[in-house]
Amino acid sequence: MGELTKRLVRGTPLGLVLPALWWPVAQAAERVETERVLPPEWQIREERFIPDNVAGWDHLWREIMIDITVIGVLFALVTIWFMWRYRRRSPDQEGAQPRLSAGQAIGWAVIPVFVFMADDFYLAAKGWALWEKYRNVPEDRLEVRLESAMWTWDYTYPNGVKTFNELRVPVGKPVLLRMTSRDTIHSHWIPDYRVKEDSMPGRITYIWFMPKEPGEHVVTCAEYCGHLHSRMKGKLIVMPREEFDAWYQEQGAKLQQAKAELTEGA
Amino acid sequence: MAGVLREWLFTTDHKKVGILYLIGSIAAFAVAGIMALLMRAELSTVGPTITENPSDYNVWLYFHGAAMILGFQIPALTGFLANYLVPLQIGAKDVAFPRLNALSVWLFFAGIILALLTFVLPDPPDVMWTGYPPYSEITLGNTAFYSFTVLLLGFASILGGVNFLTTIAFMRAPGMGWNQLNIFTWTTFAAFILQLIFVPVLGTAVTMIMFDKYLGTNFFNPSEGGDVLIYQNLFWFYSHPAVYVIFLPFIGIVFDIVATFARNRIFNYKMVVYGGIGGILLLAGEVWIHHLYVTGMPDWLRVGQMVTTLLISVPVGLMFIGLVGTLYKGAISFTTPMLYALSVIFLMLIGGLTGIPLAVASIDIHVSDSYFIPGHFHYVMAVAGTFAIFGGIYYLFPKMTGKMYSEKLGKLSFWLTFIGVNVVFFPMMMAGLEGMPRRYWDYSQFAHVEGLHQIMTVGAVFIAVGFFLALVNWIQALFKGQPAGNNPWGSRSLEWTTTSPPQHGNFAEIPVLSPDWSPYAYGTGK
Repeated sequence: MGELTKRLVRGTPLGLVLPALWWPVAQAAERVETERVLPPEWQIREERFIPDNVAGWDHLWREIMIDITVIGVLFALVTIWFMWRYRRRSPDQEGAQPRLSAGQAIGWAVIPVFVFMADDFYLAAKGWALWEKYRNVPEDRLEVRLESAMWTWDYTYPNGVKTFNELRVPVGKPVLLRMTSRDTIHSHWIPDYRVKEDSMPGRITYIWFMPKEPGEHVVTCAEYCGHLHSRMKGKLIVMPREEFDAWYQEQGAKLQQAKAELTEGA
Repeated sequence: MAGVLREWLFTTDHKKVGILYLIGSIAAFAVAGIMALLMRAELSTVGPTITENPSDYNVWLYFHGAAMILGFQIPALTGFLANYLVPLQIGAKDVAFPRLNALSVWLFFAGIILALLTFVLPDPPDVMWTGYPPYSEITLGNTAFYSFTVLLLGFASILGGVNFLTTIAFMRAPGMGWNQLNIFTWTTFAAFILQLIFVPVLGTAVTMIMFDKYLGTNFFNPSEGGDVLIYQNLFWFYSHPAVYVIFLPFIGIVFDIVATFARNRIFNYKMVVYGGIGGILLLAGEVWIHHLYVTGMPDWLRVGQMVTTLLISVPVGLMFIGLVGTLYKGAISFTTPMLYALSVIFLMLIGGLTGIPLAVASIDIHVSDSYFIPGHFHYVMAVAGTFAIFGGIYYLFPKMTGKMYSEKLGKLSFWLTFIGVNVVFFPMMMAGLEGMPRRYWDYSQFAHVEGLHQIMTVGAVFIAVGFFLALVNWIQALFKGQPAGNNPWGSRSLEWTTTSPPQHGNFAEIPVLSPDWSPYAYGTGK
């Protein structure tokens, strides 16, 4: 958090003041970021606390919806009132907009600016707080590698077991997906867990989520990837802890056995 | 007949160039609209409905997006409306470079024709209007047609930019100061500043795609040291400002229509111009990362541009206050152009305010690339922009042709489309929250949103009938309309002081303006 704050403080005003320079600055900063965050070390920010991002997302969404509904209804009512109140009553009638004094004109510009900005910064702060929760990964977690391709999701577990279009995870343990892609850009979206991020060739991105209850969830591709984009679907299967452990060990054993057979055969 | 054709093809008159832009962009709109109907038909049931081949759907969607934005909205606003209105509004005889103007409309038609080749090519482009690599480079579709269409239309825009900035800066009628310009002229000025700065970036991006695909370079190929995200940065570095290239002129024409039919001054003119238009100019180039919230861009960039994106609400809010304030103590008559203009206020409210959650990066983690996005941008840009354009066409119809359209048919067509767009695009946002991603030919994993899709399809039919009636109305009025007179709306703006249609050279005598003249000088007892 401290790290990001510092980088923001350093980065944002510069970008605001010198819009023309934003692009090279962004590129340079991104190169630094890429070299530091991506392989071989794949550093990510870790966090011991496990937040509930689904509830967090739903809460922030509701708050923003109330916010924008109030603004929207206010503006709409004023507009409708004006439309009714000031309808033309005779063909020669003209408007009587009073001329604003300099003070009124400035007031009508400056006060709304501060009202809007206050709301913007409030929402930005709220959004940032939730953003940090999405980006900080819990320490205790199951790490699965994901490689996407046209049109499949390939998952690799820590013990080498691979699954296709089917992500099995245990209840109550955060899952981190480290994602890349073989061909084009895809986007791994789990709507029920309110989380997605693109997977792409040449970069490694990540998402994490916390499976809370056993059940099945849709995984779907959100980034256009050609012919069968809409059929690029998978399943997230959240299993009770014991069931998952049994499945995981069984698959691991099978893999070991297959490997051993291969070695003997050779 | 040949003489007339020759006159129109080789015209350098800004009014004829404007009308050529109008014809071309309405043609693009019609074809792209038919694509939308095909897509709505396809999506009316889960699974294949009218085509078994997802690539058909992808091509329709590609054409719909590319043609609506590049072939219809930008040319209709910065081609047709700017060409027709700006010289008239500033009291000039023509634009600064009339022959350059003719060249830009030719380039525009070449671009439209190239785009239409989509339907005769064996492997049409299917890269969506965004053309993201690596897909646009590995697809079997002919991405080159996408690149060349963008390049041609881009050149047309750059020429237009040079032309209009010069015209507005140097060719205003004697005595006309900057604070006496119509809001539409101001917004055109701002839009062309954006075009001049940002179009070259888009040109670069699509050229790089072409080099990669056909000449073997590796700009976007990570296995040879390229980077797939560079394109998205370049693309949105132009294409987000492009949203304002559309937004500014359309809100500008709405201001002019509202002032005319409310017979009222613009509320707090300087706030609208310097706060609203100026603020958007200032922020336009610093928000593009909000299209890349879920691409793994560095956190400080995503959070930083979340703040700048939210701040866009400030200038837009000021323009809203100016727009609604213009109604205050007005004398509002509800003609067809006014209905379109007023509806833009409501469409922009829904579209603009649903942009606020989308500006928040952490909200985007869920809704990005979902149906919520097309719902939102259709409201804010596509539908609001199209309604403003249609309002503008109705508004200028008596000026362009000297004839009056049918108010009855105009209002009927307005209400059909207005109901239609809400029936299509509100459920679209709801489907997005249910998890439905955009650009899907089939949605078997989200079968529960089938009902919403069927509602949308019904709405699409309303829109189609509504727009068709508008076209019928114009064609009918062109041949059988009543004479309209020079100033049927009682406007104070310069374009209404000349004949309808204006003669070559626009004004019998170039107007000379006093320092207290204003295009919005209503209620002065004159």
